[in-house]
Amino acid sequence: MTTRIFGSGIRRREDPRLITGGATYTDDVQLPGMVHAAILRSPHAHAKISSIDTSAASGAPGVVAVYTGADTDGVLNPIPCAWLPPDCDIKAVDHPAIAKDVVRYQGDAVAVVVAEDRYQAEDALELIKVDYEILPSVVNPEAAMQAGAPQIHEDAPNNQAFHWVADGGDSDAAFANADVIVKETIIQQRLIPHAMEPRSAVANWTVAMGELTLWSTSQNPHIVRFLGSLVTGIPEHKIRVIATEVGGGFGSKLPMYADEMIISFCSMQLNRPVKWTATRSEGFLATIHGRDHVEHVELAATREGKITGIRSVVYAGMGAYLSTAGPGVPTILHGLIYSGPYDIGATKADIYGVFSNTTPVDTCRGAGRPEATFLIERLIDLLAVELGTDPVELRRKNLIPKFEDGHDVASGITYDSGDYEPLLNMVLGHVDYQALRQEQARMRERGAYMGIGVTCYVEICGLGPSQVAGAVGFGGGLWESAIVRFHPTGKVNAYIGTSPHGQGEETTFAQIIADELGVDVDDVGVIHGDTSNTPMGWGTYGSRTSTVGGAAVALAARKIKEKARLLAAHLLEAAEADVEYEDGKFFVKGSPDRSKTIQEIATMANVAWNMPEGMEPGLEASAFYDPPNFVYPFGTHLAVVEVDPDNGHIEVKRYVAGDDCGPQINPMIVEGQVHGGVVHGVGQALWEGVVYDENGQLLTGSMTDYALPRAHMFPDMEILSTVTPSPHNPLGVKGIGETGAIASTVTIYNAVIDALRPLGVTHIDMPLTPEKVWQAIRQGQGS
Amino acid sequence: MFATEFEYKKASSISEAIQLLSSNEGAKILAGGHSLLPMMKLRLARPTMVIDIGGIEEMRGISVENGTLRIGALTTHAQIADSHVVQEAAGILWETAYGIGDPQVRNRGTIGGNVSHADPASDLPTVLTVVDAKFTIQGQGGITRRGSRTVSAGDFFVGPFTTVLAENEVLTAIEIPVLAENQKAEYAKMAHPATSFAVVGAGVVLTVDNNNVCTAARVAVGGLTPTPTRGPSVEAALVGKELTDENIAAATALIDGDLGSDILGDIFASAEYRRAMAAIELKHAIFHATGLAHH
Ligand SMILES: Cc1cc2nc3c(=O)[nH]c(=O)nc-3n(C[C@H](O)[C@H](O)[C@H](O)COP(=O)(O)OP(=O)(O)OC[C@H]3O[C@@H](n4cnc5c(N)ncnc54)[C@H](O)[C@@H]3O)c2cc1C
Repeated sequence: MTTRIFGSGIRRREDPRLITGGATYTDDVQLPGMVHAAILRSPHAHAKISSIDTSAASGAPGVVAVYTGADTDGVLNPIPCAWLPPDCDIKAVDHPAIAKDVVRYQGDAVAVVVAEDRYQAEDALELIKVDYEILPSVVNPEAAMQAGAPQIHEDAPNNQAFHWVADGGDSDAAFANADVIVKETIIQQRLIPHAMEPRSAVANWTVAMGELTLWSTSQNPHIVRFLGSLVTGIPEHKIRVIATEVGGGFGSKLPMYADEMIISFCSMQLNRPVKWTATRSEGFLATIHGRDHVEHVELAATREGKITGIRSVVYAGMGAYLSTAGPGVPTILHGLIYSGPYDIGATKADIYGVFSNTTPVDTCRGAGRPEATFLIERLIDLLAVELGTDPVELRRKNLIPKFEDGHDVASGITYDSGDYEPLLNMVLGHVDYQALRQEQARMRERGAYMGIGVTCYVEICGLGPSQVAGAVGFGGGLWESAIVRFHPTGKVNAYIGTSPHGQGEETTFAQIIADELGVDVDDVGVIHGDTSNTPMGWGTYGSRTSTVGGAAVALAARKIKEKARLLAAHLLEAAEADVEYEDGKFFVKGSPDRSKTIQEIATMANVAWNMPEGMEPGLEASAFYDPPNFVYPFGTHLAVVEVDPDNGHIEVKRYVAGDDCGPQINPMIVEGQVHGGVVHGVGQALWEGVVYDENGQLLTGSMTDYALPRAHMFPDMEILSTVTPSPHNPLGVKGIGETGAIASTVTIYNAVIDALRPLGVTHIDMPLTPEKVWQAIRQGQGS
Repeated sequence: MFATEFEYKKASSISEAIQLLSSNEGAKILAGGHSLLPMMKLRLARPTMVIDIGGIEEMRGISVENGTLRIGALTTHAQIADSHVVQEAAGILWETAYGIGDPQVRNRGTIGGNVSHADPASDLPTVLTVVDAKFTIQGQGGITRRGSRTVSAGDFFVGPFTTVLAENEVLTAIEIPVLAENQKAEYAKMAHPATSFAVVGAGVVLTVDNNNVCTAARVAVGGLTPTPTRGPSVEAALVGKELTDENIAAATALIDGDLGSDILGDIFASAEYRRAMAAIELKHAIFHATGLAHH
């Protein structure tokens, strides 16, 4: 009997230090001689900079230096975009770290002040005089492509950043031959992926060494080092990026930002450590936004309800510049997954990436897949109304049947494994769907409006095969690596290339290693986030850390175990073939007393007093894992809402999340990820949304106007799961960090529209604020 | 999020606070700081001096005497929400305090700071208006000869973020008549999802006889108007009527005529919507107050 800690919901070892304030975040870093930076940001969405006068600021108390874009000429290279999909005429426009002649969004950096303390820096900012010549601006991505719209970049006519098409199957034929076509225009409103910790950077340039150390709130410190060397010209081996403690990201800390490079520049100019931490207001303006699609979508089907095609024309806002992974989001992470869990003959995604005078847009939890799931599931509900059938039965009819090792969909990708119907049945059985529908009918009779939303989804994550990364224009690899090392006392450290920032992999990776090596989980420590002591890795995003990074950890541990077996045979004076292993112990077949624990073997390997001929000392291994495919988690979510027609208030009565992420390393952490993801997605449906005025001024620039979900707004979530291992992953695991956000937005949306159908409501733009619901009801009633 | 430079003074008595206010132009009183500090951090407020009144014991405390509930201006929302004395004497205030903001806001924010700030979206101005609270204000003796005065809630609020408080006056306490056995009082609000501030809030105090007939009524709405707005038409329509669903709906609909034309609106809720919601929230408040079934 082997005991396993994999699969056990042990507490997160990260939490004591995070809860008690014992963690050292970037803003906690104090260095001798450190000075503080504040960044002046454009108040205008689009303007020419006629002149900048920094003289008063330079002379202000405590000010050490003031720099403008001109000072960075020849020192800082432009901020690169790292995901340039091929064959889409992409315009990789120039993105200076500090704007030089033109500002292109409210928040664009214009100057930086460095002072002895932050208050002095902020005071001096007010003394910089900038003369702007205001230019016309445009905010909406579809409007930005219309003739006569203000031009944002000279080399991007019509503000078109790219035009990307994924056309799988014969969509023209599908629509030409359809019995039924349903259409919808969907606004995926702009979101701000807030993290509890604002962005922050401490740069320390040591001139004597020619080395830069950068503490950075990053989800991927190795990418910051890589791209940072391109921007600053400092050789990669002389840059150290530290992101060991990062207070949440949700995609917002994936990009390579201008600000961190500005701070590095300041340190290099001054030969002093420089700290900058974004204020919350600054975060609203200068940390990436997400979503921002205007979508025209349609679905073709037979009269019997067989879906034959889905197609879209999408205007995807990119903001003023292309952010690091921005172009990959509405394309690769969106347009290839239009089949969802359904067997659909043809899918076509016709995507325009569009510049606008807004904060750059990049990854926000789910990134592209929530938008895809939304349009599929919305169209299916519309089809159900059109055909007069039950939306769940319509879904069931179109589900891809069970497959264990590969299923090709129209877009050309291959799902790894799936068994969709059992989870659908489990969720329906859990709530007694038929009874719910009966209750809904009874409630309607007395003027109460309850609605039910059911979503089936598949998502693509665990990014991903590096060959595919190269083929789709991702400017890096997507493999992961790990070093696992036994110390002389038999304790273990793993050094990983991924960079957890709240997800809990210090715990789950220790669980993986404990099982692989047969040691106690408390004997395993996991080190991450510092490029100087961790092996190369591409970071934590795209629900890839456990699937790709976890696999690397397992493979490294397996290598160690093989070496330990050889050493055990030597120490036990037995033939290798006669050595058996169980629960952390090697023993001679037939005589279990003659045994060595793996930790005893580790001690010997470290002191190396008695090693087999030719065997190197030490017991450690490194492994690189490049996945052969993405992973495709799936599930069914169900929501019950009640809408008060008097005031438009929506109450979420029940939320059931059924997800299959393969074997769960730690079910408690899985539940936590599902909770967080669901809340994030429901936030988009009901409360969150960026509003700019027509001049590109951000109206939702603070927490008092941009509403984030809170715990009291939710019922207890009901969490269900099935286990369908990925055939190609060494641990069988699939991602779970984004599924909640991918499924929940449309689940709630469909539930609300379902509730309001008797009142003649078929569409409301998100977020579904009480007033919008109330107005829609009034319009539906013809008043 | 970095305030401009200011001088910090801690006042140990009301007279010292008034003295400091009077002799320093641009000085501001600091109570819980939950309205003042955010404004300072955004550099929307730039006081030259901040006078911390947090240590003035005589401005704290909750007591009932001669049918009057007295609450010191420095009493926090959390203290009110935790007080059985308030629960017994004025349940409407007790419940409202619990619905303010979040635990951090309730732990720091004070009743005096809340009304002195006079944010139209605050809950307490509406509630204190409907219960006919009296505000005790302490001014400087001596030169201005303006000692202590008492102003009723209905007269205290002048406009958004504006009250009758003079620059050198301090609000020291709030007095509320203890609600009688046959008085039903309730506050209902549509809360902004980001903050819990009132988009529309409605308070009612109804005197109800044994036959469920309303014999006296005070109603007020806030959030949508620059200052709390009484509903005389609604009050008149309620008095003498049995509190049935139909009568309540008919009476509350009349609030529209009492609102005037100055209705606030923003990107979350337009003036048109808020206007329509005044009657709805009033109805909710009366339903809750009278224990009528309400979904
Ligand atoms: C996130 C958030 C959510 C909130 N939600 C709500 C809500 O749902 N409902 C609600 O009603 N409120 C809400 N508030 C406001 C909260 O109740 C504040 O506490 C209150 O408005 C101010 O009280 P304070 O003690 O913090 O005052 P301070 O911020 O210290 O002072 C506010 C102003 O009043 C003056 N002042 C303070 N005390 C006195 C006094 N005794 N005499 C004269 N002048 C004085 C100060 O000089 C200052 O100008 C919220 C606040 C925040 C930050």
